[in-house]
Amino acid sequence: MKAGALTLFGALALAFVARPVSAATIEVTIDKLVFSPASVEAKVGDTIEWVNKDALAHTATVKGGWEVMIAPKSKGRTTLKTAGAVDYFCRFHPNMKGHLDVSP
Amino acid sequence: MFNRPTAALAGLLLVSAAPLAQAADKPTDPQIAHIAYTAGTIDIEAAKLAIKKSKTKEIVDFAKDMERDHVAVNKQALDLVKKLKVTPEDNATSQSLTKAAKEERAKLAKLKGAAFDKAYIESEVAYHKQVDSALETLLIPSASNAELKSLLETGLKIFQGHEQHAEHVAGMLK
Repeated sequence: MKAGALTLFGALALAFVARPVSAATIEVTIDKLVFSPASVEAKVGDTIEWVNKDALAHTATVKGGWEVMIAPKSKGRTTLKTAGAVDYFCRFHPNMKGHLDVSP
Repeated sequence: MFNRPTAALAGLLLVSAAPLAQAADKPTDPQIAHIAYTAGTIDIEAAKLAIKKSKTKEIVDFAKDMERDHVAVNKQALDLVKKLKVTPEDNATSQSLTKAAKEERAKLAKLKGAAFDKAYIESEVAYHKQVDSALETLLIPSASNAELKSLLETGLKIFQGHEQHAEHVAGMLK
């Protein structure tokens, strides 16, 4: 019984150590046409969750890259696939700008 | 016997003359609400015309963005005046805006194809410039209610974005 418990503990510990670092979800809020925080550091595999508090639709658009549409008073998600530093903006309100630093 | 009340009345008139003189160039909150709502309605009407007339995807998409945003902002404005129990008040600025917009729409309605696209997007750039400058220099500084001021400030950011968006679309057509 005791040995069984120890083995189980060992297996759990091993699983914990061996498990890859889980991807994080980072929240970026949009309120009154401002992305907050304006600059985010993330890793490939992380997800950005866009929380739009405005009554307007917005986008997070990377020129020549990806785009996510964020409906009014709702959320959008983007999983980061490539490393690098990117500037993004809202296609409907190009004066809304943000920045992502994505490490491998 | 009549002297004192008359003096008091004269005093009152003197006091109230100052805010009245100000009201001539500085709009009141009910007037500001009316101007803001009118300006939004004008852009919605222009957008509807463009959606109906244009065959260019960029123009139709832009017009749909304008319609959607201005409907959302006008709804917020209506909700706010209802909450504040303010009745929007028609005024000379609203009337001249409406008159100018009617003329602009009549001009646009006669155009077709690329000529329409160009005239519409250029009028959108000019119109948003005009509205942004009115918000910055007159409407926001004149608003006395904090919530109205805040809505106008958000409106200014939205319309500055529209101005940039319109300039971008205008650039693509060239």
